[in-house]
Amino acid sequence: MIKKTAAQMSASLTSGETTSVALTQSHLDRINEVDSKVKAFLHVDGENALAQAAKVDAERAAGKKLHPLAGVPLALKDVLAQEGVPTTAGSKILQGWKPPYDSTVVSKLKQAGIVILGKTNMDEFAMGSSTENSGYGPTFNPWDLTRTPGGSSGGSAAAVSAFEAPIAVGSDTGGSIRQPAALTGIVGVRPTYGAVSRYGLIAYSSSLDQAGPFGRTVLDTAMLHEVMAGHDPKDATSINAAVPNVVSAARSADVKGKKIGVIKQLQGSGYQAGVLARFNESLDLLASLGAEIVEVDCPSFEFALAAYYLIAPSECSSNLARFDAMRYGLRTGDDNGASAESVMNATREAGFGREVKRRIILGTYALSSGYYDAYYGSAQKIRTLIIEDYKKAFTQADVLVSPTSPITAFKIGEKSEDPIAMYLADVATIPVNLAGICGMSLPAGLADEDGLPVGFQIMAPAMQDQRLYEVGSALEAALVSKWGGHLIDQVPALGGAK
Amino acid sequence: MALTYDDVISKYEPVLGLEVHVELNTESKMFCSCSTTFGAEPNTQTCPVCLALPGALPVVNATAIESTIKIGLALNCQIAPYSRFARKNYFYPDMPKNFQISQYDEPICFDGYVDVEIETEEGPKQFRIEIERVHMEEDTGKSLHVGGATGRIHGAEYSLLDYNRAGIPLVEIVTKIVPGTGKYAPEVAKAYVAELRDILRGLKVSDVKMEQGSLRCDANVSLRLIGSDVLGTRSETKNVNSLRSVERAIRGEMIRHAELLNDGKKVKQETRHFQEDTGLTRSGRSKEQAEDYRYFPEPDLVPVAPDASWIETLRAALPERPSLRRKRLKEEWSVPDKEMAAMINADVLDIVESTVLLGADPTKARTWWLGEISRIANEKETAIADLSITPADVAEIVALVAAGELTDKLARQVVEGVIAGEGKPSEVVAKRGIKVVNDDGALMAAIEKVCAEQAETADKVRNGHVPAAGALIGAVMKETKGQADAARVRELLLGHLGH
Repeated sequence: MIKKTAAQMSASLTSGETTSVALTQSHLDRINEVDSKVKAFLHVDGENALAQAAKVDAERAAGKKLHPLAGVPLALKDVLAQEGVPTTAGSKILQGWKPPYDSTVVSKLKQAGIVILGKTNMDEFAMGSSTENSGYGPTFNPWDLTRTPGGSSGGSAAAVSAFEAPIAVGSDTGGSIRQPAALTGIVGVRPTYGAVSRYGLIAYSSSLDQAGPFGRTVLDTAMLHEVMAGHDPKDATSINAAVPNVVSAARSADVKGKKIGVIKQLQGSGYQAGVLARFNESLDLLASLGAEIVEVDCPSFEFALAAYYLIAPSECSSNLARFDAMRYGLRTGDDNGASAESVMNATREAGFGREVKRRIILGTYALSSGYYDAYYGSAQKIRTLIIEDYKKAFTQADVLVSPTSPITAFKIGEKSEDPIAMYLADVATIPVNLAGICGMSLPAGLADEDGLPVGFQIMAPAMQDQRLYEVGSALEAALVSKWGGHLIDQVPALGGAK
Repeated sequence: MALTYDDVISKYEPVLGLEVHVELNTESKMFCSCSTTFGAEPNTQTCPVCLALPGALPVVNATAIESTIKIGLALNCQIAPYSRFARKNYFYPDMPKNFQISQYDEPICFDGYVDVEIETEEGPKQFRIEIERVHMEEDTGKSLHVGGATGRIHGAEYSLLDYNRAGIPLVEIVTKIVPGTGKYAPEVAKAYVAELRDILRGLKVSDVKMEQGSLRCDANVSLRLIGSDVLGTRSETKNVNSLRSVERAIRGEMIRHAELLNDGKKVKQETRHFQEDTGLTRSGRSKEQAEDYRYFPEPDLVPVAPDASWIETLRAALPERPSLRRKRLKEEWSVPDKEMAAMINADVLDIVESTVLLGADPTKARTWWLGEISRIANEKETAIADLSITPADVAEIVALVAAGELTDKLARQVVEGVIAGEGKPSEVVAKRGIKVVNDDGALMAAIEKVCAEQAETADKVRNGHVPAAGALIGAVMKETKGQADAARVRELLLGHLGH
């Protein structure tokens, strides 16, 4: 049952072949069985999950019209506030905090009757590309438990690839959905900025953050995308427009006559041979399906990483100021007579991890008087140039493509002492965030040299998210027929007590 | 060395800069839907947004933007077609996000002016105060420091935080530097704040109650030698809570600066706090090292881009400017300067105008509100506006007097009755049985009785000493229990005594 896709689970629930309680229980069993190895979850919410499942079963029995994903279990990145359920954003500074409110994404999941199994591990405050920066220890890649699942949404990606949940919610500020999807052999989508409400998404970098779906198939991902998206008056940056019809796009699997632009700057040096080989094979497949492959030039992408590491830390230095021990979360150093200032200092010293502190310091510096123009100001100009590069490129192609990550999953500890090497893991995903457009990663096969999954990235203009699913579903269908099954079927079983 | 104010102004020229914070009277906060009602139980008017819970996001209150644009228009400002919010970053426990959402280099209104008029030795004189900017921001919460002797954070055992005020919309109105006021600097500053208050009240965008903090003034003052064009170092006196204090704070700071300068010392650039009891300021935060607030555009909000035609609609609907209105009313009502000033001081202009609009004679209306009703309010130690008498009541009383149905003296009893809650004027008249004695026969009887009793006085009047009639009229009025019309009594009495 747990190996089915979410769409198949939905069908089984509708036909009465199974119940949500049974489905939920089998996922809780799987979590119980493998999560001591994978460490995808920070908090498993079995009791509430089963209660929600029973409620959906009862509604179904009573003949109520339900959402297709009603009763299907899901893993939720710990960055989203869920009322009454511990929410930490992977940080010690929020240990034990239970939000008194639901994020808009969680409200929408609940409204659809989706069963939330628990909260998944992540790099602290979504800062990282390996989930090693979690305050609660790393998550392990189900393909090779000595490797990272990528990050920051590594917990959600690992949960889906380890069959602990069929679908999951992540968030993507610089590639935090697409890169872990690539490294764990699943599908992940970062929707257009403003398409999914950020209300209740614990902010890392407000102008770049966006929650999005994970699935093992393009269709499952689309079904979850549709639930999450939509205008929200509680988020001033939310786009007030109809959600693109991603589900029917995911069923179209048609690229005939579509122009696919390969970005010159996102390949070549720095990209692993096996990654480029799988990427080029996918291009050939798309061409054989009737797509026209063109090369596009995006010269400003060279500066994207640098701009990102000024803008994101600047915004985070301000966003994370609220963690001051005054109203919630960790409080240390509150001895008799301690001043508010010394309690704030002691708490932030104890509660934040090294990477978070590094980015707060970077951002504080970049925004300082006398440096603002040189750093934050210049980064915003690069951002504008990247937007223009995309604009031009999208006049030449319907979608743009690249490898999602230049490398496959790396070893735990391999890059954790070298921030720049870690930052380079996001070199191909960051431009999408800076431009506020949408992107997908889907599995393109295994690299010959290490047998690890390779991700194929598709990018589309703002609010044209359906294009990701049209091209993605076509490529997926061609690859699945070539392989004789989904790539995820090749993931190690992990099962059995070891 | 202690200096007098005259010493100061004979040598130095003051330069002013005024920052006024106005709490808007919107029903909900600037970035969330929490109530803004003053005086609620601590922390009952809060939500995830104004407590800055993780994940919460601000959404701009559209009414606050409208109010700010109205203020900008009333202050003759340009309205920016595109402006942005910015984050002002600093840590303080009563500021939940540890940044304040404000506006930095893109304020919504800029480049305006306000003209104020003050009385000088050479007669009324007008000063133009130029407005640098009007921008929107949010208020902080309040810290209550417990256990110390002074209520200040220094020496306190612990502090309590109330976030009810956190996120209340504030508008900050900043002047350009104001030179050229000379010895009138304190009066000009006071007149400016008063004019702003009247403008804001006319716009109905704020309660403008200085004592509750809904209008707060920070006064910047510096001195330079007369004739110099180099600005001196300024001090910034915070939260001056009444018009009188604005005047006192500036005067006090001018003297303090001059004493320092005369002694060859430097004025420190710092924040100072005004103390009502002494009229002096005490040192606060030093501002010698400019704080770095690391402003940057607020990424959680979209730019404010008001439609040009909407701005014109708001402009067309602006109320009359208070200074023009005062001028118009003064002319329409033919009020002497002194009386006009008294009305403004007593804050009865609106209420008198309402009374006149209900048909009352302007002089009569003014006399009632400034006279008897003010007296009763003083006696009860309450504001005129809080008395239960309305402009309609006063208009009715004025009409009754004009119709001869009440004498002034009787009318005072009616006013007293209305204020005591006995009902509308007609009801008080009925209940108390108040009526003018109009029956000449009854009056003549009383006159004859009084003239017989005071024959000597009556003879004086008969012999041409008319002023002596006053005593007789008084006696007749007493005889008729004050219900007679004194003018009619006088007429009949003088006729009776051969005049």
